[in-house]
Amino acid sequence: MKDFIIPDRDFGTPAAKSKQMVTLTIDGFAVTVPEGTSIMRAAAEAGIQVPKLCATDSIDAFGSCRLCLVEIEGRNGTPASCTTPVAAGLKVHTQNAKLKQLRRGVMELYISDHPLDCLTCSANGDCELQDMAGAVGLRDVRYEAVATHFKARDTSGRANPQYIPRDDSNPYFSYDPQKCIVCSRCVRACEEVQGTFALTIEGRGFDSRVSFGAKSDDALASDCVSCGACVAACPTATLQEKSIIEIGTPSHSVVTTCAYCGVGCSFKAEMRGDELVRMVPYKHGKANRGHSCVKGRFAYGYASHKDRILNPMIRDSINDPWQEVSWPEAMAFTAARMQGIIAKYGQKSVGVITSSRCTNEEAYLVQKLTRAVFMNNNTDTCARVCHSPTGYGLGQTLGTSAGTQDFDSVEETDVVIIIGANPTDGHPVFASRLKKRLRQGAKLIVVDPRRTDMVESPHIKAQHHLALTPGTNVAVVTALAHVIVTEGIYNEAFIRERCDWDEFRDYAEFVSLPQNSPEATELLTGVKAETVREAARLYALGGNGSIYYGLGVTEHSQGSTTVIGIANLAMMTGNVGRPGVGVNPLRGQNNVQGSCDMGSFPHELPGYRHVKGEAVRDVFERAWGVKIDNEPGLRIPNMLDAAVEGTFKGLYCQGEDILQSDPDTKHVAAGLAAMECVIVHDLFLNETANYAHVFLPGSTFLEKNGTFTNAERRINRVRKVMAPRNGYEDWEVTMMLANEMGAGWTYTHPSQIMDEIAMTTPSFAGVNYEKLETMGSVQWPCNEAAPEGTPLMHVDGFVRGKGKFINTEYIATDEKTGPRFPLLLTTGRILSQYNVGAQTRRTANVVWHDQDVLEIHPHDAEVRGIKDGDWVRLASRSGDTTLRAALTDRVNPGVVYTTFHHPDTQANVITTDYSDWATNCPEYKVTAVQISPSNGPSEWQEDYAAQARLSRRILSAAE
Amino acid sequence: MSHDPHTKLIYMANQIARFMESKPHAEGLEGLYSHINDFWEPRMRTHLFEVLDAGGQGLRPLVVEAASHIRRPVAA
Ligand code: SF4
Ligand code: SF4
Ligand code: SF4
Ligand code: FES
Repeated sequence: MKDFIIPDRDFGTPAAKSKQMVTLTIDGFAVTVPEGTSIMRAAAEAGIQVPKLCATDSIDAFGSCRLCLVEIEGRNGTPASCTTPVAAGLKVHTQNAKLKQLRRGVMELYISDHPLDCLTCSANGDCELQDMAGAVGLRDVRYEAVATHFKARDTSGRANPQYIPRDDSNPYFSYDPQKCIVCSRCVRACEEVQGTFALTIEGRGFDSRVSFGAKSDDALASDCVSCGACVAACPTATLQEKSIIEIGTPSHSVVTTCAYCGVGCSFKAEMRGDELVRMVPYKHGKANRGHSCVKGRFAYGYASHKDRILNPMIRDSINDPWQEVSWPEAMAFTAARMQGIIAKYGQKSVGVITSSRCTNEEAYLVQKLTRAVFMNNNTDTCARVCHSPTGYGLGQTLGTSAGTQDFDSVEETDVVIIIGANPTDGHPVFASRLKKRLRQGAKLIVVDPRRTDMVESPHIKAQHHLALTPGTNVAVVTALAHVIVTEGIYNEAFIRERCDWDEFRDYAEFVSLPQNSPEATELLTGVKAETVREAARLYALGGNGSIYYGLGVTEHSQGSTTVIGIANLAMMTGNVGRPGVGVNPLRGQNNVQGSCDMGSFPHELPGYRHVKGEAVRDVFERAWGVKIDNEPGLRIPNMLDAAVEGTFKGLYCQGEDILQSDPDTKHVAAGLAAMECVIVHDLFLNETANYAHVFLPGSTFLEKNGTFTNAERRINRVRKVMAPRNGYEDWEVTMMLANEMGAGWTYTHPSQIMDEIAMTTPSFAGVNYEKLETMGSVQWPCNEAAPEGTPLMHVDGFVRGKGKFINTEYIATDEKTGPRFPLLLTTGRILSQYNVGAQTRRTANVVWHDQDVLEIHPHDAEVRGIKDGDWVRLASRSGDTTLRAALTDRVNPGVVYTTFHHPDTQANVITTDYSDWATNCPEYKVTAVQISPSNGPSEWQEDYAAQARLSRRILSAAE
Repeated sequence: MSHDPHTKLIYMANQIARFMESKPHAEGLEGLYSHINDFWEPRMRTHLFEVLDAGGQGLRPLVVEAASHIRRPVAA
């Protein structure tokens, strides 16, 4: 499992994409490479490493260091191999007396302006300057530079104006200018890979320096988003992870998957012993291609945070303090309580919530616990509150509950529509890949109430920003369809071939109604009719059109309708079934896709098969040896309603904090308080645990084996790099509980759970750990028909047969503004924090975001006498809370915006329990509110804090 | 919105009805009852029948019309 670090080979320049092959000879060896390849890369492919400093294969060649010189027969001079492309028949020499001498000269200059403290340098053993000095055979430096960048004082004791002290402002990496060789790899990585343009080279010649924007900026105050791309690109100790400075270099590495967002980046966990030294994005990761964001790269400190609970705890009542107990005691207590409840209130009085943060194998076991041990279908997952409408809408129209593309597809798109998603914050690595494509000329349409960074940021500008009023997605999407249909710019051939033409005609008639025109809906949506028309034409006629959407689509009372509308748009323009197009939900949590696939929903068994289907139940009844209930179970909001009513009494909740993440906090609290056994299985005493009777400590993604499935249906391995600090991997804990209740499960490794999934679920039939080991990852469906998985869906036909057009009538939400609540609140995420923040709040990421703030337009603020930074009271029909105001014109007048990463804010006290008509996905994105000046925390916040304090008391086992 | 089970379920049923109403009638009717049969746990359907049996006040006509196709839960 653990492989020694063989640094991923650096080919010096990116791979060329041409299909045309060219043959040349390098040092007498014939090499055949695609046209456009650099001589440096061609040499590397033949196993010949040309010395280099300013080139690395994640960025385009620049040709500044002059170390990579080669000679080409018949050509003058010594060209740089990194910037010289191959040509047929070239005869290249990479090593001869002249080249050796030139290279030593170059190195000598570099070294003369470099401190020679290699032995104590944090990059010792991991420094390309050191390596190159060795490679060129540099043995002495003949002159001592008078002016240097590294001596703080000159020989006469005067301060050296060229000396810049180390910048430690970023919590995760330091910038030490004295070691900089000005190769500009960092600057180019920030531009080309990350797309932030935070770094520049200032000055010229000897004066040129790397700078974080304006001269006064340190790294933290700059535009830098701490993605780490520059750190990975830097060949020296100049930009370096602080963890390396503190710990030293790693000894081995294990490839694993980020446990934060649905991009599912692959990382190398670089280890020394069982200490994690750093996380480095894995070049061969197919979702991220060597890139990462601040969360996955740096924010793993929560795994060793002092707040982590490592022993099981129980209590009779939620008013008692917690009592630490042994695992067997905890299991005996829990099983007895659950069995008591089932005996007293019936089989359907208990249920489970699976986690979108845990592995597929863990989610599978939790739903199996309720189906095969509790004997009901009361299972739900946090996906309920984010992407359940995706499952419904795409299932109805296209036939699968998942996105149609892989992330690589973005490289071939021409027009992108982003609806209700903020990828630079929510899905940063995807955003970087998208921005790269936009800089190459692809066009962008953003549909979002707020001016997100996608709308405008360095070198990116959306062609159209449809800044709609929150809650009017369906009206806008339908208006887009209206334009495409009435202007006759739909793709008739595609529709006739792939969809039901008569259904399309019905649908066309519906969208053509005058009330669906952009002109008719303009007043409602706040988007100019002409803008909608132009956007529709661009999408329909601009080449490969792709749609990416997020929670701003799903978390509405018409969430499912919007998803259907999006699928309609893609089908009518023929934008399904090839690279560069498609319908792509940007999933929130790392394993939302997986937890849905694993049968976490109360109406369907793994693989999205309804429990009413006898054949499907039969498969599981045989595999599990039990009778499976044929009635759908309760969804999360229904569980809470049933709890308040008194018919739902026991809940096992793995890796999910429903009290903080679900809407209408007071109702959730009332539901939890009415239960007799709430089992929270998590890393920390989360908010839900305030109402729990049993706390089972969980393990982090570093401490277990399993798989995550990302937003592109890609099944990635999660590998254990250290022993679980709590003693057990999460699947083992679930198994202990099941067995305590008589289940008799005997898994010894998650691979056996995956084998059971493959055996019972056709779309996973070909998945197993050996395949993941050899292929790295695989996208479902993976079965006999597609043994290597399926990067693109619906290529030759829709999964459901014919694509289905469904009418999407706009129905205004009942959450309306009025005199008492005149503003619309919408919610979102920011880059540095994740979901309810349980992990990221316990890392240094808080330097970027230490509290939730309320964005409000200056006009709305002024009429209420609110200034930037003031405490404001935010009130809705459900409740009120306080937080600080931030004045900005990113939001339109009439709209306010906040995040919900911090429990003190209790943003969900405000949200109502309106929900999507089809799936009950809560309507987080629209709440009518009023705002007024305030002096500090609301009464509810204070009561809540007091209750939480009381509830978190722990008596240790010794007492 | 009220947490009283009937009010809430009436609201939810009507929400589904309003989506289904924009479909051709027969398809919408079937869409409505199969949605409720497929996604509503028996306890929810029991509450819905309490409303229907009392005359269906507050429910949109399509829900009332679909009632005979909604599976009545067997008393637990
Ligand atoms: S960490 Fe990322 S954003 Fe910051 S300077 Fe480096 S590459 Fe740019
Ligand atoms: S900081 Fe590193 S990558 Fe950037 S110019 Fe200096 S040496 Fe090169
Ligand atoms: S949070 Fe998302 S984008 Fe960031 S490293 Fe993890 S998977 Fe990648
Ligand atoms: S590596 Fe080619 S010029 Fe620097």
